[in-house]
Amino acid sequence: MDWSALILSLQLAGGTVAVLIPLGILAARPLAWRRFAGKGLIEALIALPLVLPPTVLGYYLLVAFGGNSPLGEVYEKLVGRPLVFTFEGLLLASILFNVPFGIQPIQRAFEAIPPAVREAAWCSGMSVWRAFWRVELPLAWPGLVSAAVLTFAHTLGEFGVVLMVGGNIPGETRTIAIAIYDRVQAFDTDAAGLMSAVLLGLSFLAIGSVYILANRRPASHA
Amino acid sequence: MPGIARRTLLLFLSGLAAGFSVPMTVHAADAPVIAAASSLNFALADVADLFARETGQTVRLSFGSSGNFVRQIAQGGPFEMFLSADEEYVARLVAQGLTIGRGDVYAVGRIVLFAPDGAPFEPDPEMNGLREAVLSGRVRRLAIANPELAPYGRAARESLMHKGLWDSFKDRLVLGENVSQAAQFATSGSADGGIFAYSLALSPNVAGRGRFVLLPEHLHAPLRQRMVLMRRAGDVAKRFYGFVQQPAAREIFARYGFQPPRPGE
Repeated sequence: MDWSALILSLQLAGGTVAVLIPLGILAARPLAWRRFAGKGLIEALIALPLVLPPTVLGYYLLVAFGGNSPLGEVYEKLVGRPLVFTFEGLLLASILFNVPFGIQPIQRAFEAIPPAVREAAWCSGMSVWRAFWRVELPLAWPGLVSAAVLTFAHTLGEFGVVLMVGGNIPGETRTIAIAIYDRVQAFDTDAAGLMSAVLLGLSFLAIGSVYILANRRPASHA
Repeated sequence: MPGIARRTLLLFLSGLAAGFSVPMTVHAADAPVIAAASSLNFALADVADLFARETGQTVRLSFGSSGNFVRQIAQGGPFEMFLSADEEYVARLVAQGLTIGRGDVYAVGRIVLFAPDGAPFEPDPEMNGLREAVLSGRVRRLAIANPELAPYGRAARESLMHKGLWDSFKDRLVLGENVSQAAQFATSGSADGGIFAYSLALSPNVAGRGRFVLLPEHLHAPLRQRMVLMRRAGDVAKRFYGFVQQPAAREIFARYGFQPPRPGE
């Protein structure tokens, strides 16, 4: 059992959630409530990673941020280490790859808030911030939790992008999914089996909690 | 209820943020990362263990195909030392000015023909059993490493060509991304057989999964395995580089079927 790989995966998943969920809230509100030109295009771009092969994203990240690209050189000059084959590079890839999981459930939750409720909040003189904090967020919270859990679980299982932009570096980019692959190649079926079971359990826990939450939602409205 | 829920979510998010802010590396943070050909999967791990016992210093090993590492290093991969399965890939890095010196040959590798338990052929050095089995259609899949990325895959291809078997097998190959994956395909019985590194066939995890024979050296260009320090190498990596050439390390390599480099190589 490669504990460092599990910890690394948890850090990557936690970091992705911590960055993506606030961004998701920011993006989901206008998408849920406003109509504007190009909205369909933006929604398509957000959904794109659902169908995009991970290797395609990995390829573009390598091209965009590799040591030979202008962007990669600038980044390395500023930060002092390259973006590819590092944890930071993985985090960036992971955020991009989880955009649909981090935004769509929140958007659906905001869409489900009846317009009358928001109007009532305005009429009672609440500020935008107060209405957001006291009315919108409490009503949308199941969507927020779904987004966080799905993003978290999806990151734990990410493989293709990680292998391409992360390589397989212990303690830096060897996530648990990569460690399983690595152990299988080293004929270490015991460790691979144990880590697979851990990942299976975590994934089931995550998806199970999303479904339990979804089933409880009508009750909390009543 | 929503109030509690909101606080729960905030707690969850702040917990994540806290977890995220702990140091990212859980290994010895400054332990150098060493890129090593997959043929070294077990041998170099033993060498690194011995190195840690004798010096108290650790290295982080990353195994993969030599070709893949050369690409990663050229793209800025953070490796301090590279142990290739051939000389050519090291020469490429030398030509790009990424290395300290031209490196040293640390071992010479051999390949085996492996037949998993229940395979439709008996392995022999002249590959006659394999030939009969493929001509009668009993061998559907032979695992080798990808010749484009892995020197051991190249050696496997040369051996098949040398025996006039390449055309028969061209469409029946299952290519491992590196030689260790090819060995995994073959030993797990996913493929009907495989040609891979002797060092992997001698590893304890492969023992008892099938039968194998060493293929004669003249069937392929010699697998002279060269290592080199990258320009970014620190003291620990330099020390490990020296350690790999010591008799104790040579002895471990010999146990895994590697031959020592000839003087002057």
